[in-house]
Amino acid sequence: MAEQAEKSAPQTTGSGSGKSMLGQLELDMRLMGMVGAFILIALAFNLFTDGRFVTPRNIFNLTVQTVSVAIMATGMVFVIVTRHIDLSVGAVLAIASAMGAMMQARWLPQLVGLDYGNPMIAPMAIVTCLAVGTLIGAFNGWLIGYQGIPAFIVTLGGLLIWRYVGWYVTDGQTIAPLDKSYLVLGGAEGTLGVTLSWGVGILASLAVIYALYNARKSRKSHGFPTKPLWAEFTVGGVIIAAILGYIATLNAYDIPKGKLRRLFEARGEVLPDGYTEAYGLPISVIVLIIVAVAMTMLAKKTRLGKYIFATGGNPDAAELSGINTKLLTVKIFALMGFLCGLSAVIASARLASHANDIGTLDELRVIAAAVIGGTALSGGIGTIHGAILGALIMQSLQSGMAMVGVDAPLQNIVVGSVLVFAVWIDIQYRKRLGIKV
Amino acid sequence: MSSNPNTGTPLVELRDISIAFGGVKAVDHVTIDLYPGEVVGLLGHNGAGKSTLIKCLSGAYQMDSGEIFINGSKAEIRNTRDARKYNVETIYQTLALADNLDAASNLFLGRELVTPLGFVDEPAMEAETRSIMGRLNPNFQKFKEPVSALSGGQRQSVAIARAVYFNAKILIMDEPTAALGPHETQMVAELIEELKAQGLGIFLIEHDIHNVMRLCDRAMVMKNGQKVGTVNVGEVTDEDILGMIIMGKKPPQAY
Repeated sequence: MAEQAEKSAPQTTGSGSGKSMLGQLELDMRLMGMVGAFILIALAFNLFTDGRFVTPRNIFNLTVQTVSVAIMATGMVFVIVTRHIDLSVGAVLAIASAMGAMMQARWLPQLVGLDYGNPMIAPMAIVTCLAVGTLIGAFNGWLIGYQGIPAFIVTLGGLLIWRYVGWYVTDGQTIAPLDKSYLVLGGAEGTLGVTLSWGVGILASLAVIYALYNARKSRKSHGFPTKPLWAEFTVGGVIIAAILGYIATLNAYDIPKGKLRRLFEARGEVLPDGYTEAYGLPISVIVLIIVAVAMTMLAKKTRLGKYIFATGGNPDAAELSGINTKLLTVKIFALMGFLCGLSAVIASARLASHANDIGTLDELRVIAAAVIGGTALSGGIGTIHGAILGALIMQSLQSGMAMVGVDAPLQNIVVGSVLVFAVWIDIQYRKRLGIKV
Repeated sequence: MSSNPNTGTPLVELRDISIAFGGVKAVDHVTIDLYPGEVVGLLGHNGAGKSTLIKCLSGAYQMDSGEIFINGSKAEIRNTRDARKYNVETIYQTLALADNLDAASNLFLGRELVTPLGFVDEPAMEAETRSIMGRLNPNFQKFKEPVSALSGGQRQSVAIARAVYFNAKILIMDEPTAALGPHETQMVAELIEELKAQGLGIFLIEHDIHNVMRLCDRAMVMKNGQKVGTVNVGEVTDEDILGMIIMGKKPPQAY
């Protein structure tokens, strides 16, 4: 039987011989296309801004600005994969942020009597944000899954409802100041510094090596075909170079003199002459990385993830296989809500306040990020890393155009066109490969 | 007038099953049984109620009234998970495959193999899939591709593998050869013979009268949700069966 298999297997994966060098790397060509597009965008803006785009400072800002949308985009992948949509993410972010801000700036100090700076304030505010987001998400999921209201309608309603519930919660006021240790999650206020950042980079590199090694070992132990060793090393090498290169870039961005002086004064010290300190990896980016890894594991390695993709591919088949698709819908939207709550923490901490317009139009950015990242609105297809890359591309376009000095109206025209163009490219790509979805 | 040649406890007994959709009686007091090592054909026009009847057994629908007995004891089947607990496996006409997933993910859908940590054990699933596909369809090689990239016959073999892998005792096949070429139809026929020899009971919904005469031991004909009659296939001609299907005419051998 094995001989028979050999003979009739021209399309067997990874048998090595008879494949081009590129083919043997077994790369995800769509992902490569997106990475290529991202690099092109970065280089083009760098040219037009006289080299201001690809600088440690801008790369730092770019990633910090991307985090909130990127976190929500990972959840939107699951929502869209199961053929739903969530138009309420910006509004849910706003209400979660409003509740979290009220909790730390009003209710805990005034009603409970915790002093400003009490170490319990930040954790309780964060839990509030996450709980509010999760509950609203679960409620949306219940309306969609068990009551059969289309997701488009439920979340279109939510888009109008939740932001203005938030308005009533705060009386339409901007809530500030927020707790000091809460602000650490915003980005520039909470970074690891040079040494710790390298530590994280090296840990991440080791994790990559371990994951590649483990995958190969497990394929070997089952006697499946594997890639040639040089291909494994090339892929691993490129990933590790990207990780360490990113850390090195962030470590090259020095904290401005004025800010350092204030930091030292706060500790009752004087800034020594010629002293410099770099930002390093922001905590918010670490949160995004944790979310990305967790969501990828969820998608690829858990039953829940399998059920999400199976339901997206064929809801009837999923139902007939004994999957409770109604409960699954609740879980997916609850997860989406949780991520909105998490993004609310990071967005309000970055802005150091809660204003009623926080997260406005985020639903469009989040959906666009997921779709540019290769999530198919027809369901069943999408990746977490694609969505994050999509968010990064959107943010690069936006801030790149701002740096070049493109008018705000034209910026929107360009971003809208890129969205449509990206989906068109994707359709052409699938057609060429003969993928039916 | 003949009678059921089988004796002993039937593998499955569907007793007096009824189910209606908005006033339309899709299945109207139908009774049928199935013995180990037997293939019972379910015949009738489109809309006669065959698929609906069988979905009560597979758990996809819930009957309004009636009882199901498996190995002589009453079975409560409220959903497809319950049916699987009784080793009832179904190959649907639509195959019920998630087109975006590969063969292994489809084979184990809803029953994934997991590692001790609770994560889906993909390599183990792929290994099992390779081994069962090696038996069912040795030419099958597209283990990494989504099943949308497979031919009709290959998709069918994934659906069959899913039903057979989990030690089915009772197999429901809804027009398994409808979309297949002659070679693949022959493969399915051989598989049915093999499963029969292993002692499985098979409900076969089939339109092709030649396949019925060739594969089935008994056949039950339905019309407008009601049972026309059951025949021992060896005792009747294909004309008799066609008469039952088209005119609802019960031949003397039927019971």
